[in-house]
Amino acid sequence: MVCESWKAKLDTYLDGEIPEQEMRTFDAHLRNCPSCSADALSRVQLKRAIQVAGRRFTPSADFRKRLQQSVLPKPRRSFHMGLTLAAAAALVLVVGTFTSHYLGNRSGTDQAFSEIADLHVATLASSSPVDVISTDRHTVKPWFQGKIPFAFNLPELQNTEFSLLGGRMTYLEQTPGAHLIYDVRKHHISVFIFQERSLPTRLSDNAPQPGQLSFNTETWSQGGLRYFVIGDASAADIDGLAKLFRTAS
Amino acid sequence: MALSGANLQLDSFEELAIPLFDQLYNFAHWLTQNREEAEDLVQETYVKALKGFSSFQLGTNFRAWIYRILRNTFLTSRKGLKVTMTVPLDFDEEDEGPEPAIERDTPETLLLARSSHELLQKAIDELPVHFREILLLCEVEEMSYQEISETLAVPIGTVMSRLSRARQTLRNQLRPHPQQETGPQITRGTNHGL
Repeated sequence: MVCESWKAKLDTYLDGEIPEQEMRTFDAHLRNCPSCSADALSRVQLKRAIQVAGRRFTPSADFRKRLQQSVLPKPRRSFHMGLTLAAAAALVLVVGTFTSHYLGNRSGTDQAFSEIADLHVATLASSSPVDVISTDRHTVKPWFQGKIPFAFNLPELQNTEFSLLGGRMTYLEQTPGAHLIYDVRKHHISVFIFQERSLPTRLSDNAPQPGQLSFNTETWSQGGLRYFVIGDASAADIDGLAKLFRTAS
Repeated sequence: MALSGANLQLDSFEELAIPLFDQLYNFAHWLTQNREEAEDLVQETYVKALKGFSSFQLGTNFRAWIYRILRNTFLTSRKGLKVTMTVPLDFDEEDEGPEPAIERDTPETLLLARSSHELLQKAIDELPVHFREILLLCEVEEMSYQEISETLAVPIGTVMSRLSRARQTLRNQLRPHPQQETGPQITRGTNHGL
């Protein structure tokens, strides 16, 4: 009878949608209950079978081409219109560069960090902070394939105090990216990775001044990707993890 | 400048929307059960999404947003309207709560033993559309409950109970019935037995 209450939540557990604490209790129960673990195994098999069977239909190359041509044609401009616009744009650029480049860049970066901090806090407060739960970078990295429009490397953590908890997809200003969560001395650190050219705002590598956010942060651009590291760990730990990523990239 | 702004917007839209093309088509085909209708649905979705892209809220989930457009477009199509007449898509399931998922038999094992990839596809195909869509969003698109909630515009509690019922219905369909020798029991296009 006791198992009935476990089994009622089994699908939610296998979807990774129960709170972390309950997840651990569930793990322990499954290890000791042959009936529930057999049930869990058969449900996982069905989930996998649905996943494979569900990827059934592929669009034709012709339809792909038609959609590209009909829905997403690039706006064209006439030659004269182009010249006029180019001249106007140049003028605005010259004036704008001298007056607002630094300020704009600065506030863009701060705004991005503000959003990054929100994402970090919201994710850690979530009952299921990660969609792929694994300490193995060789499991986490491939999980993102096909979900985000770029690839990235994850650092080797052997002989370091960092451990990978998992990852999830995220969005910054409509731009899809990867969100990885690490643990160091019971502090959680988020690493966000986005395609630099996809971000609507050009960002500088200067993180917000200490005190502006309640977290320690770093950001840099490397190989066309924009990295953000944020967490309540010490500045040294944030820098340590950032260095590992820089080396791996 | 306006043109370059439009270009920038189009570029952003393309970068977000094009990687989802195959998935959207697959989902559309499952909903419409027809290639031509799936193509029309995807095309209309992209047109609507591009048109409404300026109103897309920064920082929100683009995938859930465009899937919601696709689903709403389907529901207002002729076939979608027909489906909603037989299956109440927005009925409130929350009061009933998730069904206890207690299995005495293991249709999953039977399914695998019979190597029934096609049987499973058929069973998914024959699910009522509101069960089919939530199962695909969860298992194939690997959406979180939160994303599914945003896509279907229903509370997370409803996502959980509907998903539970969808799985239960699928398991029932996959379980061989003694009176049937030819295959699983299937109730097409209705919500019988829900």
